This record gives sequence, structure tokens and C-alpha cells, in this order.
Amino acid sequence: MSASQLLIQSLSKRFGDQIVLDAIDLEIPLGKHTTLIGRSGVGKSVFLKCIAGLLEPDAGTIALDDAVTPVPHCSYLFQQNALFDSMTVFDNVAMPLREKEKISRKDLEDRVFTMLEQLDLQDAAHKYQAEISGGMQKRVALARALITKPEIILFDEPTTGLDPERKFSVFEMIRQYRQQFGFTVIMVSHDVPEVFKISDHVAWLDQGKIAYWGTSESLLSDPPSGLTSFINPQLA
Amino acid sequence: MIRKLGKVGVAAVEELGQLTLFTVQSLFALAGQRYRAEKLIRAVYEIGVRCVPIILIVGLFTGLVLGLQLYYVLSRFSSETLLGQAVSLTTILEIGPVFTAIMVVGQAGSALSAELGIQRNAEQIDALHTMRIRSLGFLVSPRLWAALICFPILTAFFDWVAIFGGHLTGVELLGVDGGAYWNRLYDEITFTHVRDGFIKAFTFGFLTTAVCSFNGYFTHKLSDVPGARGVSQTTTRAVVYSSIVILAADYLITSFLIQT
Repeated sequence: MSASQLLIQSLSKRFGDQIVLDAIDLEIPLGKHTTLIGRSGVGKSVFLKCIAGLLEPDAGTIALDDAVTPVPHCSYLFQQNALFDSMTVFDNVAMPLREKEKISRKDLEDRVFTMLEQLDLQDAAHKYQAEISGGMQKRVALARALITKPEIILFDEPTTGLDPERKFSVFEMIRQYRQQFGFTVIMVSHDVPEVFKISDHVAWLDQGKIAYWGTSESLLSDPPSGLTSFINPQLA
Repeated sequence: MIRKLGKVGVAAVEELGQLTLFTVQSLFALAGQRYRAEKLIRAVYEIGVRCVPIILIVGLFTGLVLGLQLYYVLSRFSSETLLGQAVSLTTILEIGPVFTAIMVVGQAGSALSAELGIQRNAEQIDALHTMRIRSLGFLVSPRLWAALICFPILTAFFDWVAIFGGHLTGVELLGVDGGAYWNRLYDEITFTHVRDGFIKAFTFGFLTTAVCSFNGYFTHKLSDVPGARGVSQTTTRAVVYSSIVILAADYLITSFLIQT
């Protein structure tokens, strides 16, 4: 039996006296796009960082549902991209390959340039972060995340600080590349209801618990009462 | 009051433990890295080569002042011919290692701490983790090894420049016999003196790079405020603690070496 879900069981995390994640149980389907929504400071990024291994949970497990396969490598797209600003676009994208894989110089260049072409970044290969636009930086971060062919990519508020037009293009980029490369997306976002258009499933994190879990369609057609005010404050 | 003191004491011991663990892990983390030589050469350039001008300037002026001060002390006892010996022993045993370490901390150590702090704030260190690249091996370890290489070399360079500075004041300006200056130096300086100076240089290099890296790497935990002010706080902390560490270690090493 091959794994079809990422199982998160009793995941807990606290900082001092503040309980951020309170024994969260969640089943995230592999190959799909799952978006985690919730108010600011509710612990969405903490949840994502626990999955990525950047934070050690106090309790709970993260595993695949076949209980055999180890959790696949997760790439992570940071809110502010976390690109190395003293390196060129090429070097940023090449870094995971150069440092972790035994690969010839020519193969490395081929793979990086192919990836840059796929993300329409070939002209920016020798530029630095400061010399390219915000949208391009986002694509470079995505290229760096994709270069190792991960099965899961975690997106931490990828549209923060972008205008509506750029937000749309980032969402469109994620949708397009997910279709192209077939990875699983777990995303944290504030951009409701726009983000529902590209999400297969939505989880609502509230007071340390998953207060709602369902498909985007069911959420839009029949939103639970507590969530209505969050999705559309004017209607509340 | 006692409780507060106790808390401070416990926190200090805890931090010392974390620093020790961090340093040991960093030291061995280079083994798991690819392109080790490339990373090491870059770190040697940052810590070593870029510090040469400041070492040259400070070394020269230190020698000039030492020559001047010691000349007037020695002339009271009509012992000006001992100037070469006095300048070289003072420089090789004490001033060379200590001043070199303080200068390198001011230039390379503060830069290292600030760079790591900014990388922490920009989530670049977390990004390395998500790429499965060991951040200690990638960022800290090459610097630590480079410090072990560079500090003794820079100290030796400082020593030579300072001794030459002493010669400029003593011989060229104040008229001490040049032959006496250099002969005294060659007669009195032994392998033990040079070894003791290098022991200090190695120790200072290792300790100060560890302290600076630790403060930058954990800027998010060690500073009271986040962001740029936090980095500024931990960079200042790194330089101040390193300077204290240099002087404290100097006293301990000197006490130990004098007895043996």
C-alpha cells in the first residue's frame, strides 16, 4: 500500500505558558493543495515549521499513513523568500544540488538552467536578489525549492506584501507548477477567499485546534458560522 | 535579590553549556561538508587577508610607542641597549597575541556576528535546514578552522611589524645602536617564547570566533529585541565578550605558562 496522506496526530506546541498548537489531528492528502487559514498569531506558521522540522513539537507525530514510508523531504518557501542576497540567482538555485548531491558541474548547470527556463528566469541567472523584482524573487525561491524534486512544498504566506495583481500571479504560478511537477502543497495564507480557488482542501486553525476541515467547494457553499466572519467580515 | 542572582547564575551556566556544545559541534561539522577547501579558503580570506592592513597599522604604531616608552624607562638605568630584547619579549609574549586578537575581533569577529545575525533574521539559516544543509558546517565551521590558521600567522606578522616599529623609534630616532637592538633580540628570544605566543594566538582565535559565531547564530534568543536592533545588540555583545575572554584567557594562560 502506498501512502496517500500525511498524518498529523496530537501535534502540540507551546511557548512558555501560551499553548499555540493544542493536540492537532489532521490528515493532509498527498498530491493535493491544502491551505491553512486563520487569524494572525494563531500558530499557522508554527504548524508549518513543525512539519518542516524547523521547530520541535512538544508532543505528537507526523507520519505517512502507510506507517512504513518515512516522511518525504519537504521544501519550504519562506514568507520573505530567504534567498542568499550575496549570491546570484543561479547560485541560489544551485545551492541544494551543489551541497547535497554528487553531481558533475555540467549536469548541475543543465539542471539549474532548465529549472530557470521553466520558471522564466533564464535572463536573471546572473543577477542578485536586489536587482530583480519581488515576483521574480518569489519564483527564484520556488526554483530553489523545486530543484531537488521534493514531494511536498510548504508555503508560508507566499503573497505577503504583494498587490492584488501580483497575488493573483503568485497563486497562478503555484497552481501551474503544482500541475506541472505534481508536488503536494501545504500553504498558510491570509488571502481569503482568493486562495480557495487554487486549494483542494482548507483547514481553519483557531485557538490551537483545527476548527474546520473540508474541500474548498464545501467551504464556499456552506461555510460554518464562525468562519463566515473571518472570510468576509462585511457580511458578518 | 538572592533569587535574582541565582537566576542570572543559572542562565550564565546554561549559556556557557550551549556555547560549548555549539563550538564542539561546529568544529566537527566541517567533516560533513562538500567543497571544504573552497569554504576554508574563503574564510581564511575574510578573517586573515582582510585583516592584514589593520594589523600592519596597529602593529607599527604599537612598536613605535613601545620603542619610545621603553627607551625612556631603560635610559634611566643606562640600559638602552636592552631595548630590542624588551620590545620583542613584550610583543611576542603579550602585546602581539592580545592586540592581534582584539583587532581581528573588531574587524572580522564583529562582521561574522552581524552576518550570522542577519542571516538568522532573514531566515537564511532556517532555509539551509530545509535544504538539509547543516548550517553549522556551512556557516560556522569554516570560520572556526580559518581562525585557527589565521590568528597565529597574523600574530607573527604583528610581532615582526611591532619589533620593526621599535627599531624605527629606538634606533633610527633615538640613536640606540642597531646591532645591539637586533643582537639582543636574537640572543634572548627562544623557541619557548615564540611557542607561548602561538599558544595564546591559537586559544584567542578559537575562543573569540566561537563567541562571535554563537552570538550571531543565536541572535533571536540572545537579544532583547528582534530585527536590526537585535543584531546590533548581539554584535556589540560578541565584541565585548570576546575582548573580556581574550584578557581573561591571557591571564590564565600566562599564569599556567610561567609556572611550567
